[in-house]
Amino acid sequence: MKRNEILKMAGIALWFVFLTFPIMVIKVRVTDQVIVWRWHNMFYIGFGTFFGGLLWRFALLRRKATRKGAASKVLGYVEKTGLPVLFRTVRTKITERRNRRFLYVALMVFVIVYPLVFSLYQTNIMTSALIYVVLALGLNIVIGLGGMLHLGYIAFYAVGAYTYGILYRSFGIGFWVALPIGAVLATLVGVLLALPVLRLRGDYLAIVTLGFAEIVRIVLNNSGSVTGGPQGIGGIPRPGFFGIEMRLAAATTYTYYIIVAAVLLTIFVVWRFENSRLGRALVAMGEDDIAAEAMGIDLTKTKVIAFALGSLWAGIGGVIFASRTTFINPGSFTIWQSVIVLSCVVLGGMGSIPGAIVGALGLILLPEYLRAFSDYRMLMFGAILVIMMVFRPGGLIQKKRKAYTFPTEEEALS
Amino acid sequence: MDFGGLRAVNGVSVEMNNHEIIALIGPNGAGKTTFFNCVTGVYTPTRGDIHITPPGGTTVSIKGLKPNKITEKGLARTFQNIRLFSNMTVLENVMIGRHIRLKAGIFGAIFRDKGTREEEQRVIYDSYEILKRLGLARYVNDLARNLPYGAQRRLEIARALATEPFLLLLDEPAAGMNPQETKELEGLIKKIRDTENVSIFLIEHDMSLVMSLSERIYVMDYGRLIAEGTPAEVKNNPEVIKAYLGEEAIA
Amino acid sequence: MDTDYFLKLFFSGLTRGSIYALLALGYTMVYGIIKLINFAHGEIYMIGAFIALIMSGVFTIWGLPAPAILVLASLVALVYSSAYGYTVEKLAYKPLRRAPRLSVLIGAIGMSLFLQNYVLLAQTSNFLPFPQMLPEFPIPAALAGTVTSAQMIIFITTTVVMVILTVLIKFTRMGKSMRATSQDRTMATLVGINVNRVISWTFLIGSFTAALGGILISSFIGQINFYIGFVAGIKAFVAAVLGGIGSIPGAVLGSLVLGMAESYAAGYISSVYEDVFAFLILVLILIFKPSGLLGKPEVQKV
Repeated sequence: MKRNEILKMAGIALWFVFLTFPIMVIKVRVTDQVIVWRWHNMFYIGFGTFFGGLLWRFALLRRKATRKGAASKVLGYVEKTGLPVLFRTVRTKITERRNRRFLYVALMVFVIVYPLVFSLYQTNIMTSALIYVVLALGLNIVIGLGGMLHLGYIAFYAVGAYTYGILYRSFGIGFWVALPIGAVLATLVGVLLALPVLRLRGDYLAIVTLGFAEIVRIVLNNSGSVTGGPQGIGGIPRPGFFGIEMRLAAATTYTYYIIVAAVLLTIFVVWRFENSRLGRALVAMGEDDIAAEAMGIDLTKTKVIAFALGSLWAGIGGVIFASRTTFINPGSFTIWQSVIVLSCVVLGGMGSIPGAIVGALGLILLPEYLRAFSDYRMLMFGAILVIMMVFRPGGLIQKKRKAYTFPTEEEALS
Repeated sequence: MDFGGLRAVNGVSVEMNNHEIIALIGPNGAGKTTFFNCVTGVYTPTRGDIHITPPGGTTVSIKGLKPNKITEKGLARTFQNIRLFSNMTVLENVMIGRHIRLKAGIFGAIFRDKGTREEEQRVIYDSYEILKRLGLARYVNDLARNLPYGAQRRLEIARALATEPFLLLLDEPAAGMNPQETKELEGLIKKIRDTENVSIFLIEHDMSLVMSLSERIYVMDYGRLIAEGTPAEVKNNPEVIKAYLGEEAIA
Repeated sequence: MDTDYFLKLFFSGLTRGSIYALLALGYTMVYGIIKLINFAHGEIYMIGAFIALIMSGVFTIWGLPAPAILVLASLVALVYSSAYGYTVEKLAYKPLRRAPRLSVLIGAIGMSLFLQNYVLLAQTSNFLPFPQMLPEFPIPAALAGTVTSAQMIIFITTTVVMVILTVLIKFTRMGKSMRATSQDRTMATLVGINVNRVISWTFLIGSFTAALGGILISSFIGQINFYIGFVAGIKAFVAAVLGGIGSIPGAVLGSLVLGMAESYAAGYISSVYEDVFAFLILVLILIFKPSGLLGKPEVQKV
């Protein structure tokens, strides 16, 4: 690290101290006309940006080097020791056939015994996280496979939840009947959204889907007679077991197993879809829609299928969500919820099933266990999105395409 | 074909017969790619019509059809700036080409019934065969973007062939190739015409390739056709020479 | 026909339109230059308002005279907001200049999220009262009931800014560089234009006008909170698209149209669904005339 660079970094740190001064340092209490000067923040910002900046510079250099294939002494050293080695060994160990089987079995056992081992409270949290896993997997279809930035995903989630809520309130319909209805309705709404956005690209698609979600939320908020307006709908029953209602503990565990089943179903369907004719068409469209169309792919049909399939899972998740929290209101379905699901997909790995799962579990469970930092949750999400895009746009777990094996010439002849 | 006030293609008419190799040439900006895009459905001609007669079929008009429908009818194209699906494997790129000749839908994708499974097997096999025929078999599981340039071009052709076209449209296939690669390309195109049962229509700037490859050549300039004929005829056509080299070349 | 009401809505629409215009300018200029929808732009607007609020609070407590507070607080806020815009670009958008569209979009969303929560955490989630900073002056009697002096100030300020900006773009060297860069970035570098500088200036100017809009409207409405940037940002974006993204006169036109439409729709139809109108207009425009009112249709080169 040359002296020059350190000075420059110090200068940048000072710049940030200056920049954040009014907002971080000054706090005006209008009620008693007093200014609170939080000088300590200056130091946090100063040192934080100084060291953070060094890290950022280093990471950018590494990014540039790995791109161009060049190597520098420091970078080469780090590559051979440090964190990257750890990640690589973990990755190779995991992808070994034998180890992978063992991992899956261990995972399954863990998942199944979870509610028996951990407290009710923990089970509830895990249920919540698993609902997000379903959402992430669904959104992954639209964003990860199809490359379409869908910012209104939460609207379909809302459709699922409110379907159950409204059906219960008006007709006394229970969970198991509401589940398929909610799923189908969400799918239909998904198709409905797909139609106007068919011709839109990237930026515009994003804004329109965002607007769609907002419109849904505003409508829900203002249709008091049907949706209960801002108060929402309460008293939604938890899922019953063949008509038997359960006490809280049993019902929570029951809900947990339901969501596990839903997750497994989602993984199965998405996995099958990925490597099918339609799945490939979707990926191709996401890669280059002009070339895809030239190769005979009907873009309209493919987009509609992507949206429909994606929203199906949001609908299912929504019904389960309503049954878990027993109370829903428009406040649970804001755009920021969409952004959270988006962050799960982006962080975990766009287009990758394990990626979406890891992303959802990570982003939902970590804040729960690090309660102290929960206020900073959204701030971290924002930072994560930016950092991931700069350094690892594919996500933690990159998308991997299927490899096929063929007999070699000798094998074929023998 | 008009773009606002600009008539990019003005009364261009091309006729092709089965198994021919036809080339469309002309100086830059002549309107060749626009014509190409009209035929492949990217643009809809503002006036005029396009008719195709697949071998053994009836004549239909393809004007106004979307590109995927046109491909369904039997016309497949490549792109001037290679447009492969970079993050998909070589095999998958070709499998996409097979898309319209397959039937599996959502039901088949999820439940993998016997019909779908057999179809998938066939797709994998057929695509691999195409790769072998174009000498790309060893790249089968590589990502398309990791291929050398010449292989990428061949992959684009392989992908187009996978759609089972009767007419293959190549947009400047030799762009960016050195003379040796161009010679190989020439051999490849001839082989394709002979063995794959297609006719070939290409836009190209590389004159040696055009001359040795095509049976007939159409020449465009400023949106119009200025000449048509065999390579020998076109080479000596004064209008063509004027278009490329300017007035003085004649004098 | 209640002319009074009609006129009131007219001026209200004009006010809205002016604020949207100040915001939309930033969107359209940035989009023109680097083809990015700067989701974080609305947050600059919000930050401008916040800093003005904070500084005016400080200056009031220090006992400065009212006109000084207005000028100083606004100036500080404007300078800071431009600095924020500049920093955001250098930090988040520059490393993403060659990235695919999806990545840049997500990065912009992340930035927007970050800035919102930054202000939220560092300040408060409550609605804060914003001091009446705009000076009062007498309105000619004929219009007295339908328009307030604050509205007139907003409208006049916006017009002045537009004029200055147009002159800047048309006649100065930086303006020409900006136009060149937005048309063909590679070519611009080849003829010696410092593209990084041009992009920075674009962000600076856009942030300046956004902050100005933030300060003006907050004075008018009387309160702010960390969320105002989001909604205003989306509406301004719709206005920019409506007028033709990348076109400055388009941004102004689109803003006025949107402002008027919202005002009249809220006044005559229903004010509850006010926000929905913007999205409906957006969808309609994108379906029927995606290049906007004044934009040129983008022909995809195949």
